[in-house]
Amino acid sequence: MDVSRETVVRDALRPLTRTTWKYYLIVSILALITAWGLYSYFIQLESGLIVTGLRDTVFWGLYITNFVFFIGISHAGTLISAILRVANAEWRKPITRMAEYITVMAISIGALYPLIDMGRIDRILNVIFYGRIQSPIVWDFISIGTYLVGSITYLYLPLIPDLALCRDKLALPGLRGRIYRLFSLGWSWQDGQRRLLMRAVKIMAIIIIPVAVSVHTVVSWIFAMTFRAGWRSTVFGPYFVVGAVLSGIATIIFIMAVFRKAYGLERLITPKHFENLAYLMVATDLFYIYLMINEYLVSGYIWGVNEASILSSLYWGGYSVYFWAMVLTLIIPILIVAIPRTRNVAGIVLASILVNVSMWIKRFVIIIPTLAATPMPPTTPVIYIPSLIELSITLAGFSGFGLMLAIFSKLFPLISIWEVVEE
Amino acid sequence: MVDGLRRPNGSETSRLGRREFLKGALLGAAVTVGVLSGDLSLRVAAQPSPPAESLALDRESELVRMTRELQESLKKPLQERKWVMVIDLRRCVGCHSCTVSCIAENKTPPGITYRPVMIWETGEYPNVKLNFLPRPCMQCDEPPCTSVCPVNATWKREDGIVVIDYGKCIGCRYCVMACPYGARSTDYGYEWVPELEHGPLAGTAAKERQDRVKSLEYQPTPWYGGPYGRGDTIGITRKCHFCIHRIESGVLPACVSTCIGGATYFGDLNNPNSLVNELLRRYGAFRLKEELGTEPSVYYITGEGGASVISELEAMVDRYREEVLLREFGGRFRAGLGGGGLE
Repeated sequence: MDVSRETVVRDALRPLTRTTWKYYLIVSILALITAWGLYSYFIQLESGLIVTGLRDTVFWGLYITNFVFFIGISHAGTLISAILRVANAEWRKPITRMAEYITVMAISIGALYPLIDMGRIDRILNVIFYGRIQSPIVWDFISIGTYLVGSITYLYLPLIPDLALCRDKLALPGLRGRIYRLFSLGWSWQDGQRRLLMRAVKIMAIIIIPVAVSVHTVVSWIFAMTFRAGWRSTVFGPYFVVGAVLSGIATIIFIMAVFRKAYGLERLITPKHFENLAYLMVATDLFYIYLMINEYLVSGYIWGVNEASILSSLYWGGYSVYFWAMVLTLIIPILIVAIPRTRNVAGIVLASILVNVSMWIKRFVIIIPTLAATPMPPTTPVIYIPSLIELSITLAGFSGFGLMLAIFSKLFPLISIWEVVEE
Repeated sequence: MVDGLRRPNGSETSRLGRREFLKGALLGAAVTVGVLSGDLSLRVAAQPSPPAESLALDRESELVRMTRELQESLKKPLQERKWVMVIDLRRCVGCHSCTVSCIAENKTPPGITYRPVMIWETGEYPNVKLNFLPRPCMQCDEPPCTSVCPVNATWKREDGIVVIDYGKCIGCRYCVMACPYGARSTDYGYEWVPELEHGPLAGTAAKERQDRVKSLEYQPTPWYGGPYGRGDTIGITRKCHFCIHRIESGVLPACVSTCIGGATYFGDLNNPNSLVNELLRRYGAFRLKEELGTEPSVYYITGEGGASVISELEAMVDRYREEVLLREFGGRFRAGLGGGGLE
C-alpha cells in the first residue's frame, strides 16, 4: 500500500472522532423507521398474526423471505473474510473488518425474523426446554446460534489490537475510553501476544467456514426436507450457500461504498478492492446461475404434475414478473462487470445493488409459489398479499441493519488498522 | 352413556347478536345428533347387536353398534386401541353437516375447519358428476408432521391419534408445511365477533378477544397433556383429533354421529369384529397419497378401488393450482370448498 502509516491511522480513526450533521440525520431517519417497525411488531403481538397477510395456505411470507435473505447476507462477511484470510489474499486487509461487521449485524437481524414470524413468541424457551433434535428448526437454532457466537469471536479477535490503538491514540475519558481499555485486554504490542492472536485468528478463520456453510445448508433443509414440490431437491443445500455468498459479496461492495464515501476512506479502499470483489461476485453469480439452471431445467424437463404448476406460475403465470425480474437482475450485473466501460466503482455498486434485489426476490419466489401450490385444495384464501405490518417490519429490518452498522462505525474502527499498517 | 355426553364446560359468553345466533344454531345441530346417538346407545343394552347382513342399511343400528364397540375398546389399554375412520364416498351427499358439527364441537374460529368437504365436478356435459371428499386429519401411522416439531408439542398417541399439546406449541407452523394433506391449520386470531365481518382488521382489539368462544381443546383437560390451557387461543397450530374428548367419554366423533348420509364410520381396527373392519373387508378401501408412505388411518370406500377418485382428486388439485397460480393471480379460489373457507 502506498499510503503512509500515519495516514492509515488518521483516516481509519477519523469516523470515531468527527461526526457531521449528516450522520445524525441519517441515523435519526434509520432510527425512526426502525421504531415504526417495532411499533408494528407490538401491534402484531397484541392482535396475533391476523394482522399479517399470512394464512393457512401461504403461512410463511415476507418474514421468512427476510430471514433467508439476511442469513444469506451474513455470509458476506465471515465466509469471504475467512476464505481470503486462509488463502492469504493480501488485498483483503482493509475490507475484512467491514465484512465481519456485516456478518454479525445480519445474523442478529436475520435471526429475529423467525421469532417475529412465530405465533407464540412467549413460548420461545420451549425450544430449549423441550427441543426435539429431529426437527430441522432445532438444527437451525443450533447452527445459527453457533454461527453468531463464532462470528462475534471472529470479529472480536482481530479487533483487539485496534481497540488498543483506540485506547492509546484517542485516550478518551468516560465510558468509551473504559470500553476500549476493558476490551483491548491489556494488549501491548508484544511479539508473544501477536503470535497468539495470529494463531487464534487463523484457527477461527478455519472453523468459521464450515459453520457458515452449515448455516445456510440447514436453512435450505428446512424447505427441502418436506413433501412440498418445488423444494424437494438435493441441490438445495449448495444452492442456498452459493446464493448466500453471492448476496454477501454484493452487500460488502455496497456497504464498503457507503462508508468509503461517508468517511472519506478513498485512500484505504481503492477501486482495486471493488474490482476484485466484483470479479468474485461475478464468479459466484455465474455459479449460482449454473445451479439455478440445474434446478429449473431438471424439474422443468420432467414437468411432473406437481412441479409443473409451480414452474409454469414462475415462467408465465402469476409469479412470472418476480421470476423474470430476478433473472434479469442476476444477469445484468455480470454484463456491468464484464464491460470495461462500466467496470468502475459506480457500476460495480449498481451491480451489487441489483444482485441483492435479485437475491431477495429469489427467496420470495422460492417460498411463496410453492406454498400457494398446496398439496390439497385449501380451505382459506391462497393469495398472499403482505400487510402493512409486514412491510413495515421488513423495512425496519433493513433500517435496523443500517442503524447498527452506523452506530458501530462510530464506536470501533472500520478498517483493520494493524493489519493494513503491517504491510 | 349420558355421563359420556357430559363434557368440560366451554366458557360461554352472553354476547348477543349474529354470532350468538350462529353459534346457537351450530351447537343445536350437534347436540340434537349427540343426544340421538346417546339415546340409541341406551337402547342397545337391551338389544342384541344387529346381524352383519343389515349392515349398510340401517344407519341407526350402525351408530349404535359403533358406539358400543367404542365403549368396549375403551376398556382395553390405550396401546391396544387403533382408531380408524372409514368414509364411504358412495354415501356422501356433500351436505357439510360434518364440517358444521366439527366447527360447533371444537369451536373453531373462522378460517379453521378440521374437516372440510371438498367438492369438485368431473365429466363433460351431459355426463357430469359432483364428487365429495370429506378430509379429516388422516392420523397417519407415520406422521410426517410430528418429527419436525421443534418443541415436541405434537406426537402420535398410542391409539394412533396425532395430537397437539396446545400449551406447548410455539406457532412456528413447520408442521403445517410438513403435512401433505393440508390437515393442520393455524389459529391466526380470527374471531366470531360481528365487528370482524366488516374488513380484515375491524374489531380485533385485545379486549374483544376475551369474549372469544373458547375451544375445549384449550381448557385444562386430561387429554391434551395436562393443565396447559391458558385460555389464549391465538397463534398456534390446531388440528383434527377425532374428537378425542368425545372418544374418551365413550361418544363417537362429532362428524361421525352427525353424518346424515351415514357415510362416516369410526372404530377400532384392532377389534376384528368391529364395523370398520367389516367394511374394510367387504368393500376394500383406499387411502389418500398412499405413495408417500404416511400410512393414514382414514380409509375411503368407493366400491371401485378408489383409483378414479384419486386421479380425479389429483386433476382437481391441478385445476385449482392452474387457476390460482396461472390465470387468476390476485383472485381467490372459491370453488369446491367445504365450510370454513373465508371469502
